[in-house]
Amino acid sequence: MKAASPSSYDEMFAADGSVRPAYCGYEEWYANQPADLLRRKGTEAEAFFRRTGITFNVYGSEDAEERLIPFDMVPRIITAHQWRRLSRGIEQRVRALNAFLHDLYHRQEIVRSGRLPARLLEKNPAFLPQMVGFTPPGGVYTHIVGIDLVRTGEDDFMVLEDNARTPSGVSYMLENRETMMAMFPELFTRVRVREVSDYPRRLARSLAACLPPAAKGHQPVVAVLTPGIYNSAYFEHAFLADQMGAELVEGSDLRIENGRIAMRTTQGYTPIDVLYRRVDDDYLDPLSFKPESQLGVSGIMDVYRAGGITIANAPGTGIADDKAIYSFMPEIVEFYTGEKPILPNVPTWRCSEPDALKYVLEHLSELVVKEVHGSGGYGMLIGPTSTKKEIAAFAAKLAARPHNYIAQPTLSLSTVPILGRGGLTPRHVDLRPFVLVSPGGIDITPGGLTRVALKKGSLVVNSSQGGGTKDSWVLDD
Amino acid sequence: MLGRSANGIFWLFRNLERAENTARLIEAGFRMALTRDARDASDEWRSVIVTLGLRALYETKFGTDYAGPNVINFILRDKDNPGNVLAMCELARTNARMVRAGITREVWESVNDSWLRMRELLARPVAETRLGAVLDTLRRQSTQVRGAMEGTMLRNEIYNFARIGSFIERADNTARILDVKYYVLLPSISYVGSSLDNVQWENVLRSLAGERAYRWLNAGRMEARGIAEFLILDSRFPRSLAFCYGKLRSNLAHLAREYGCETEAHAILQEADCDLHTITIDAIFEQGLHEYIAKFISRNTRLANQIQYDYRFID
Repeated sequence: MKAASPSSYDEMFAADGSVRPAYCGYEEWYANQPADLLRRKGTEAEAFFRRTGITFNVYGSEDAEERLIPFDMVPRIITAHQWRRLSRGIEQRVRALNAFLHDLYHRQEIVRSGRLPARLLEKNPAFLPQMVGFTPPGGVYTHIVGIDLVRTGEDDFMVLEDNARTPSGVSYMLENRETMMAMFPELFTRVRVREVSDYPRRLARSLAACLPPAAKGHQPVVAVLTPGIYNSAYFEHAFLADQMGAELVEGSDLRIENGRIAMRTTQGYTPIDVLYRRVDDDYLDPLSFKPESQLGVSGIMDVYRAGGITIANAPGTGIADDKAIYSFMPEIVEFYTGEKPILPNVPTWRCSEPDALKYVLEHLSELVVKEVHGSGGYGMLIGPTSTKKEIAAFAAKLAARPHNYIAQPTLSLSTVPILGRGGLTPRHVDLRPFVLVSPGGIDITPGGLTRVALKKGSLVVNSSQGGGTKDSWVLDD
Repeated sequence: MLGRSANGIFWLFRNLERAENTARLIEAGFRMALTRDARDASDEWRSVIVTLGLRALYETKFGTDYAGPNVINFILRDKDNPGNVLAMCELARTNARMVRAGITREVWESVNDSWLRMRELLARPVAETRLGAVLDTLRRQSTQVRGAMEGTMLRNEIYNFARIGSFIERADNTARILDVKYYVLLPSISYVGSSLDNVQWENVLRSLAGERAYRWLNAGRMEARGIAEFLILDSRFPRSLAFCYGKLRSNLAHLAREYGCETEAHAILQEADCDLHTITIDAIFEQGLHEYIAKFISRNTRLANQIQYDYRFID
């Protein structure tokens, strides 16, 4: 792995070793903690996670053993002032995303205007013809969005990725805070940190605000659809259902009754109003998508289009996660909001464009190359840490299917210290704030999930690739 | 609640109950084996295996050699026995994960903790020196889950299905012990009053954690009929058939109130419950203890199946 570049921006310490304002309160506390106490707490935290069952399963790992996502005890801290600017940028982007999705599935003004090439939609498996001409209840496409942000300087935040499909990780945001409060209660009396714990309540409220036309006036029935206990994010599905007081259903619990999707209860079938599904589009309806899927409900798309249920997020929102679409986000934001984007994109080369491809092929050893439909850190090339052989192999793949890739510079991501054997030591981080969208507006939970690359110098923060997490603090004014 | 969740919670508690009862059975067997010569000890272990319904499976692997360490490990952790105690704990935990949204954090954590501990304790073969510690942990863990349940769970349908699972299983376990040991309790057996009898009787009571309660109620006097009456009809003793059915009755009644209707299961329960309330121990011995228990077990199974059907556990 590449050594942490000395030019990386560290969020806690300035170049001269002084503590930045965001971390002053924390550092004062930290300086007074005996080192072995913090290490002991680390072991405590691990036992705590193991006992509470906050684990995830890694696809393709040898034994399908449940693993813990490593938790680091040094919080990632954002000032109130920084957060205000970030929230404005996030809100603008999420507003644009929803307007964009509505437009894509209706008149496609953005394509007609020539700002987005039609070929990005043609043959794109994430674009669902079943959604064309249909407006989801409340006009909301992305009820829950995760916007991945990276930082390179004091005020330099950029959007690395939009997660409009089914963003995960919010349970870690909540549990990390619980863990920190349980281990260091006194710390929270010294530093005022904004609450995140009412996320599930806000999620429930936001889902209930998008009732389908068929819903009766009674209390809305919300259910979380999970692929089941072997899914890597099952803990989160159960956690959210539990916290919202919603049923946690699987495909086998559901069937269509009187034009509604109904779940098999101990007293018979009960219709569901809003389905927060954590099952991908492809598996949602064997009649419309993958016919072999056991995870969804046959015919749910027909029920949906007829107004019998709300599906959150709406099917077909995944198109917004496409990395080729991502490269157009600045234009998209401007087209729908009439404003310049507050949060910039990471500079991106579209390999489908001959000039860009040429540049990328010549500079592979400096770039990060990603598949346009990929996610989770799989199928990508990180030039600076790859061998010549790996780069050559990737170049061949890239040349064969250039439209399948985009490239980005290897960013000098900001660092936040983790607690290592010898004390604080810097590691690269990103941030995924969670955003709720309802007809009433956009609601951003202060903070989000900070992912941290635990290996020295590594830029890969994905939990499936050995990344860890931190509690993320937004300071109160 | 979902039918699938009712099924999950029902089996979660059946498995926990079964694991706990199995621990008691091994404990009683072990104690008995310690006080007997090798042949009698081996008879005792065989009866433990028979009570658990594992005879065919066991003999496929070990033949008729009922050596203590083989029996203990076969019951606790042997992969050739799919119903081993570790598998029960794991099944309980899988069910708990499945119904995670329906149980409190405390209940989930104690089930999870239980599994983590048992997995560690049963990672290697259990020598007789370690048996006490393993069984002790197993019992403690059940107590902890039960405590978390009592202290934190809402008294609603979820709780009812949990309790129904526990008591169906407990009634079945008590009845199976009686079924295997019924001859010990028959008054016709000749060595009445002998010390052998006393030991056998005490062993039956011990397998059901009832030796202290029985002695306390009877000022220390042991007698076959009294013991049978205690284990079947005494509704004060928490592992008696009458006690289990009392709990099944109140939990099923709760469901009927909450759902506004009774089901087929209520009819089966009523029949069984009525029987336990009106019959005397003399009448049971008259119709044959063995026959009575066999009938009880089959009706208990019928009740469990009917509950699963009536409340749509599966499609």
